[in-house]
Amino acid sequence: MEKRDFHVVAETGIHARPATLLVQAASKFNSDINLEYKGKSVNLKSIMGVMSLGVGQGADVSITAEGSDEADAIAAIEETMKKEGLCD
Amino acid sequence: MTKTLKGIAASDGVAIAKAYLLVQPDLSFSKSAISDVAKETDRLQNAIDKSNAELQQIRDSAAQSLGEEEAQVFDAHMMILSDPEFTGAVKRKITDEHVNAESALDEVSTTFIGMFEAMTDNPYMQERAADVRDVTKRIMAHLLGVELSNPALIHEEVVIVAHDLTPSDTAQLNKKYVKAFVTDIGGRTAHSAIMARTLEIPAIVGAGSVTTDIQADDQIIVDGNNGDIVIKPSADEVTKYQNLAKEYAEQKAEWQKLKNASTETANGVHFELAANIGTPKDLDGVLANGAEAVGLYRTEFLYMDSPELPTEDDQFEAYKAVLEGMKGKPVVVRTMDIGGDKHLPYLPLPEEMNPFLGYRAIRISLDRQDIFRTQLRALIRASAFGQLRIMFPMIATLQEFRSAKAVFEEEKAKLVAAGTKVGEIQLGMMIEIPAAAVLADQFAKEVDFFSIGTNDLIQYTMAADRGNEHVSYLYQPYNPSILRLIKHVIDSAHKEGKWAGMCGEAAGDPIMVPILVGLGLDEFSMSATSILKVRSLMKRLSTEDMAKLTDAALNVSLTNEDNIKLVKDNVK
Repeated sequence: MEKRDFHVVAETGIHARPATLLVQAASKFNSDINLEYKGKSVNLKSIMGVMSLGVGQGADVSITAEGSDEADAIAAIEETMKKEGLCD
Repeated sequence: MTKTLKGIAASDGVAIAKAYLLVQPDLSFSKSAISDVAKETDRLQNAIDKSNAELQQIRDSAAQSLGEEEAQVFDAHMMILSDPEFTGAVKRKITDEHVNAESALDEVSTTFIGMFEAMTDNPYMQERAADVRDVTKRIMAHLLGVELSNPALIHEEVVIVAHDLTPSDTAQLNKKYVKAFVTDIGGRTAHSAIMARTLEIPAIVGAGSVTTDIQADDQIIVDGNNGDIVIKPSADEVTKYQNLAKEYAEQKAEWQKLKNASTETANGVHFELAANIGTPKDLDGVLANGAEAVGLYRTEFLYMDSPELPTEDDQFEAYKAVLEGMKGKPVVVRTMDIGGDKHLPYLPLPEEMNPFLGYRAIRISLDRQDIFRTQLRALIRASAFGQLRIMFPMIATLQEFRSAKAVFEEEKAKLVAAGTKVGEIQLGMMIEIPAAAVLADQFAKEVDFFSIGTNDLIQYTMAADRGNEHVSYLYQPYNPSILRLIKHVIDSAHKEGKWAGMCGEAAGDPIMVPILVGLGLDEFSMSATSILKVRSLMKRLSTEDMAKLTDAALNVSLTNEDNIKLVKDNVK
């Protein structure tokens, strides 16, 4: 299992466009990918799951991937997070 | 069999085309127990696949005809459709509870909608509730085997037939193929009517039963000059209306010759004819119709067409585009007029008994200064690119105008201190509320100009909801009571050396224009498509004769009808 922690710096948190892009990025991989925030975990391939967390600015979240392509998945997600200015 | 219907003529022109019914199909279902789980989940999957294929098609068509931005809403829909949490939950419900797909879908979607709507601190999420609702409707239609209207897929000339049209309906229309609108309900100021005038296509609203009397693909004649709808016309009628359409086109060509002419009465007095716009895109129509100014830029469309509050820079670009496009001619921008019948999905407003008498326009702006200041800053920055005039909507008291002006002055001072180039800006107000009209003499000392919004002024003076057809007889623009209020506003402005304009529908109305000329209104702002018609009319009027006519209209006439007759008898 691959796990990475992120500190969300984006002013609007993870919602709208960035959430959509994160889900799109995660959906390309076979691994099970989850987003954890405040003790709740949701499927990162589900837009409704991600948005229902209501991740705001300053939040600490972790993303885990488990499966055959877990390393690539985490790398791709990290890239998206950075590209969208969600984390530093 | 030919059938005719009569409605309110809301936009000029004559069109003949096939009917396209934009109506909600019946999506009711009953909950039932099922035994074959595999069959039921297949049925669901089949409906999802069909919905997905349909959305892909709509998305491509929307991207082509409406632009990439309008198409993105369908991306969001497809994402929900492929969301494992959503469709997975429906499947689990079918498997675990042995219920039919319709009720499983309904229950899951209701849960998600409720969850999103409960996030009152997060407007974006609240808006997603509408997406879930739309997607659910689409899957449900496929489960039930009924067809949804997909206006984005229209690819031949049609007359849109609807109960009513909302801004989100018209946003999805491919305007190239829409030849006319006819609706069951609404008045001249309904969204569909205003939209039709912007698109320069005929429209008839409030026709009562178009959605039941007209079948899909019926041939329809729409005479927007008189409010006549002919369903399945005979060959003779088609010929007759083709001739009418031709005559109308010729008259328009005649008016077109006045495009670069100055607006002058028969005795050589100049009046300013301006256009109402909703977005920078409308400027093409403004310039094509020879407007001398923009008299009303309705900025709420910036807010309504955006998924979240528009940023200062986005607004700045829009305002700058309009000011530059007008090449130094005046542009009157009205600050955000949200509330009433206009809502923002990301700015939830409290449920109100009387939204038109409630939290709207300047009342919101003064309360939500974060939104107001952003808009003012964008405007002040844009002022360097043309002749900007700002007006505040729904001012009732002097204190409101003073507060709004103070916020404006603060933001202007900040920008000037930061070295931003700022042009000269006139600051005015809408006259829509009778309280402000009555006290116009005092307001005139503090404002640079007035712009009279007739639709609201009439609805508030008559205490009659303008969208309610049961009281539509009280929409009486020529009633002496309304005319006296208007006269007081114009006279008060002139006494203080200020100008008064009108930006309601009445400013382009052939009965009202002679009266307003008589009252000495300075600026007339209307749908761009009315400008040349009014310019042609003004050439035939003399201010002296109209002053006499107006005296009779205010002091001799007793009713709205008296004044219609008075003008018709005296203005040829």
